[in-house]
Amino acid sequence: MPRKLLSFLLMICAAGLALQARAGDSILPYIPEAQARFSATQGCMRPTEDMRKNHMKYLLHKRDLTMHEGIRTTLFSLKQCIDCHVSSAPDAPRFPSEKHFCNSCHTYAAVDIDCFECHADRPLKDAQGNFVISGNETQPATAAANAAREDTGDMRALATEDDAHE
Amino acid sequence: MSEDTGIDVYRRRFLGNTAKAAAGLAVVTPAVFLHEVGQARPADQPVTSQVRWGMLIDSGKCADGCDDCVTACKTENGWTGHNRPLSDPQWIRKVKLRDKETGYTQTLPMLCQHCEYPPCVDVCPTGASFKRADGIVLVDKHICIGCRYCMMACPYKARSFVHEDIHDQKPYAPRGKGTVESCTFCVQRVDSNRTPACVEACTAHNHGAMVFGDMNDPDSEISRQLEQYSSRQIRGDLQLNTGVRYRGI
Repeated sequence: MPRKLLSFLLMICAAGLALQARAGDSILPYIPEAQARFSATQGCMRPTEDMRKNHMKYLLHKRDLTMHEGIRTTLFSLKQCIDCHVSSAPDAPRFPSEKHFCNSCHTYAAVDIDCFECHADRPLKDAQGNFVISGNETQPATAAANAAREDTGDMRALATEDDAHE
Repeated sequence: MSEDTGIDVYRRRFLGNTAKAAAGLAVVTPAVFLHEVGQARPADQPVTSQVRWGMLIDSGKCADGCDDCVTACKTENGWTGHNRPLSDPQWIRKVKLRDKETGYTQTLPMLCQHCEYPPCVDVCPTGASFKRADGIVLVDKHICIGCRYCMMACPYKARSFVHEDIHDQKPYAPRGKGTVESCTFCVQRVDSNRTPACVEACTAHNHGAMVFGDMNDPDSEISRQLEQYSSRQIRGDLQLNTGVRYRGI
């Protein structure tokens, strides 16, 4: 009898572990689907694995190029990340939310970023859905996507990646 | 004007002139070509010192009570006040001048003068305050620690400190609490061959008091007007060689 009880307890433990494993899956971050694709075959500017690992290096390097040299191409620009990855809908999750694209992973990885204390956390669009690129000037969403695609030739950002100060 | 304000300025002038003379000699033939490069810079190429952006403001055409330029700047760059005049951000403001003897008054917009020798850059302890190769003076807010030395150094009171949390910034004009900011000549517009928002508004409302352009290009509208009319730099005695010049003061 005690042996039967023991095996019953073991079964309960095994079931509990299985449940726990399933619950473990759900703590992985929920990453919102991007609003636009880079191209038909490619989701992002670089393969997803590369972006997950190195996006901060690309952004830091592009940041200095833009700020100090006035290079405003879309490749690895934070604004372009936001334009594709974040919804501009009024009820879309804003930055501090775990459902915001950037914060979905950063919450999981316990990385605190301060980008959005200065930068806009979502795209600015007019009533027709065009991106506002300046006070009263807009750019159709398709043009922004095309511009991003043209930028694939600009590998300067990658070639000089090592020069970027940490 | 005597050069008695210090050897530093004299030395810089001398070196600058020598460099300019050397550059002039070297590019006598392809000068037109270089000018074209300056005007239509490809988006993936860095800014160069072949261009020096400048602004000419005619205070004679600047009406008292008109603040179209200030409104346009606020709209473009998304700065606004909290009804606290002493600490509110102020990228551009209208200033009224009054001759005490005659009572003659005139107004003009005051903004960052984009000096060739900017005192704000001299005093910045982190290198956040810097001058771009094309003469635009900016704050790199990524490395600004908010010490506000630059605000004290600026003779034109052109810079502001952001005291409040900011939300819903313009994607093309990031700004945030704890950093210093000032007029950027609407650098995001200049980089795509457009004029600053204040100049655009002044022209659009038919005031015509502001001209923006490349002061290094002898064929630009601003260079023509600077050659044709008398103009002044405010606090020219400081020899900062400002990028913003005024007519009629």
